[in-house]
Amino acid sequence: MRLRVRFAKLGRVRWTSHRDVARMWERALRRGGLPVAYTEGFSPRPQLSFGLALPTGCESTAEYLDVSLRDDVDPGTFAGLLSPLLPEGVDVRAAAVLAPGTPSLQEVVDGCAWDVDVPDVDVDVLAAAVARALASPSLPVERERKGRRQVDDVRSALLALEAHPAAHGRGSRLVAEVSTRPRGVRPAELAAALGLELGAARRTCQWIERDGARLEPLEVPDEPLAPALGRAS
Amino acid sequence: MTSLWPRIEPLLARVTKPARYIGGELGARQPDHRPDGVAWLLLYPDTYEIGLPNQGLQILYEILNERPDAAAERAYAPWTDMEAEMRGAGVPLFSLETFRPAADFDVLAFNLSAELTYTNVLNLVDLAGLPVRAGERRDGQPFVLAGGHCAFNPEPLADFVDAFVLGDGEEVVGEITEVLHRAKAEGRARVEVLQRLAAVAGVYVPQLYEACFEGGRLTGVVPRAGAPDRVEKRVIGDLGAWPYPKQQLVPLVEVVHDRLNVEVFRGCTRGCRFCQAGMITRPVRERPAEQVDDMVKRGLARTGYDEVALTSLSTADFSGIESAVSSVINDPECSGQVSVSLPSLRVDAFTVGIAAEIQKVRRTGLTFAPEGGTWRMRQVINKLIREEDLYAAVDAAFAQGWRRVKLYFLIGLPTETDEDVLGIVRLARDCVEIGRRHHSSVTVTASVGGFVPKPQTPFQWFGQNPPHELQRKVNLLKDAARGVRGLTLRWHDPAATTAEGLVSRGDRRMGAVIEHVWRAGGTFQEWSEQFDLGLWSAAMEAAGLTFEDVVFRHRDAEEVLAWDHLSAGLHRDFLWQDWQDALAQHGLEDCRWTPCYDCGACTGLGVEHVVASALPPAGGSQGTGQDLSRAGAVPVRLVEARA
Repeated sequence: MRLRVRFAKLGRVRWTSHRDVARMWERALRRGGLPVAYTEGFSPRPQLSFGLALPTGCESTAEYLDVSLRDDVDPGTFAGLLSPLLPEGVDVRAAAVLAPGTPSLQEVVDGCAWDVDVPDVDVDVLAAAVARALASPSLPVERERKGRRQVDDVRSALLALEAHPAAHGRGSRLVAEVSTRPRGVRPAELAAALGLELGAARRTCQWIERDGARLEPLEVPDEPLAPALGRAS
Repeated sequence: MTSLWPRIEPLLARVTKPARYIGGELGARQPDHRPDGVAWLLLYPDTYEIGLPNQGLQILYEILNERPDAAAERAYAPWTDMEAEMRGAGVPLFSLETFRPAADFDVLAFNLSAELTYTNVLNLVDLAGLPVRAGERRDGQPFVLAGGHCAFNPEPLADFVDAFVLGDGEEVVGEITEVLHRAKAEGRARVEVLQRLAAVAGVYVPQLYEACFEGGRLTGVVPRAGAPDRVEKRVIGDLGAWPYPKQQLVPLVEVVHDRLNVEVFRGCTRGCRFCQAGMITRPVRERPAEQVDDMVKRGLARTGYDEVALTSLSTADFSGIESAVSSVINDPECSGQVSVSLPSLRVDAFTVGIAAEIQKVRRTGLTFAPEGGTWRMRQVINKLIREEDLYAAVDAAFAQGWRRVKLYFLIGLPTETDEDVLGIVRLARDCVEIGRRHHSSVTVTASVGGFVPKPQTPFQWFGQNPPHELQRKVNLLKDAARGVRGLTLRWHDPAATTAEGLVSRGDRRMGAVIEHVWRAGGTFQEWSEQFDLGLWSAAMEAAGLTFEDVVFRHRDAEEVLAWDHLSAGLHRDFLWQDWQDALAQHGLEDCRWTPCYDCGACTGLGVEHVVASALPPAGGSQGTGQDLSRAGAVPVRLVEARA
């Protein structure tokens, strides 16, 4: 059977990498004695499949993972067992059985939302930067890929941007919805597109778009997510 | 006590691998710092990835945290980018458990496993906000302690470290804690505390000794103020009484040796003359096989690791090797998913048989260490592996399905000729040929290191090869290996070997050199991208010293050595005789299974070899043809069963 798991990555553990998180899961599953299916061959590995990589340093309340198991396990039992075995800050939030043939996360996730602290910028300054970015026909962002500089236009990936006052204290907060196709836009690239220094970023949801509705990757097909922000494109 | 975390976290977005600075490992403690307790900060002077797996540090971490009068935390050397951020933001060195400043601890205790990390020791003391020189630290500031294999010649760091610990740390850390605990309660001055520390067996306090020189040569290291003339190492007689680490740390990020490690015995009596570890950790003390099984089972279940290493200096010599291995591979809970590794393989077919059994999954490569290219050379270094044994082992490895074999060699050994050097390529080429009988494509890697003579070994009198000579030998090898299909040659940078030689056998005058290199920015000298021989040359010149005198020169029998006032249990006479035997190409059999040579380790320290069986394990002669029928006439103590 395959289980899809939603988990959070919060606090100090956010400084670990995507690969580190994969290793944490492998070890936690072994510690829990769960009947994880292994790949065949010379170097058997547990069959885990992660969705979008979360950039090192970012938090998330909406990470997803598919686990293949040799025997059936109750999703509720699975979630209850695993959280205490994972490092502090990594918590299982939900788990559900996947129907046979369900496509992988990589194939189906269309977008995600970010909540980003903008510590030293007033909300009206942020709002102006957001308006400027949304009015631009293109937003070229430079990034390094395999040691080489590359310029990408991220404008079409920005579905929505909103400026909010900071939840606590000074500064402001950026809420962004981005398309993850053909590739995800990282918070660092949002910062470059806005010409601002951004603080801590937290991914708050990922979705699959179907007939105009946004569905959570976990199998809860009747419940669309919270209403989308005003469309920007 | 304030946590520095709010000031540390903003730096992390700007550095590589930030998770090295967040702690949070499985097994990490949140110690209770009582005001009257002794707070230890245990440090490894290299990166987190190199330092975290260090078992010595983890053992002491647990033992100290189990004591009501102590609390222990850890720190490692921040990489250069993090160091720059910390210095820029005024953030001092901090602990990974509670993020408190290093200077708030009572003790900074360093593990010294490699000489080229010494400049990092100074850098860490400085990052803690303390004077690097021991004599400049004041009452109320932490004591800087150091232990580990390199402590057997502590003189190069004598100006910077308050006290060194020689030998096994398990017992002595408790005794040091008691001294510091009482001194704290009584409000003793620093110098009084140092005197009390010097009274603890195995503890060397260099400030209480004067290094005397005449005509540019050391004439002695002489105690003052009632410190002992000679400091003997500490030895735990029974490894079974110390089943540590019980809760090995499992890091959040990938580190070297990222697996469960279970130490199956300590000490080695193979007698390889170049090997400092084998000399200074005598005698052999085995862990009871059932305790090994228990530590493996519990460790795997607790950590979730899928690999366990049975560690020691020669694990195939462990009496319980077959039971330890079969209990893992026959455990249904581990079925096919847990691999066992034996980090130090003996060169024989028996060993390959075990390796084949345990590496059914994730079989990578097999490594053997013949060390010398000719039988003559191997008699000199007492690594008594015959060619036919190596070929049988390699043949068995290829027959069992391995395609890659790695061979370790040393160059720059005593009495070495070009023929001995070229013997390396000859052996490696023969191994390729053997491999071709089994597979169409095989790889044999010959990995060649430059030999650095180490203190407390028979080769401590030998003048190290200069870098140009090592380079010439590397070039000989490169020429000979050119065009040999399937043979890959790797070698260590002769310049780094030279700097290591300086610190390995240097005396107290080396302190100025180390400080000079550190002040010139020479940290992380173990790392090829950071290593700079130019810094060391400039420092030597500034100190008025020469490489010739410290590194390349042969010593004679009368010369006072910088570590003569410290003892690893080995008689100087024994070491000198072994050096003469080496020059005469005379090998010495393993004393576990033959009568005693009176090296001094057992008799002087009142301990014995502790082995589960007085009979050598299968293949125990390591192909030397050693007559093992005398076994049983040897003064070994049989290990007691203990869960």
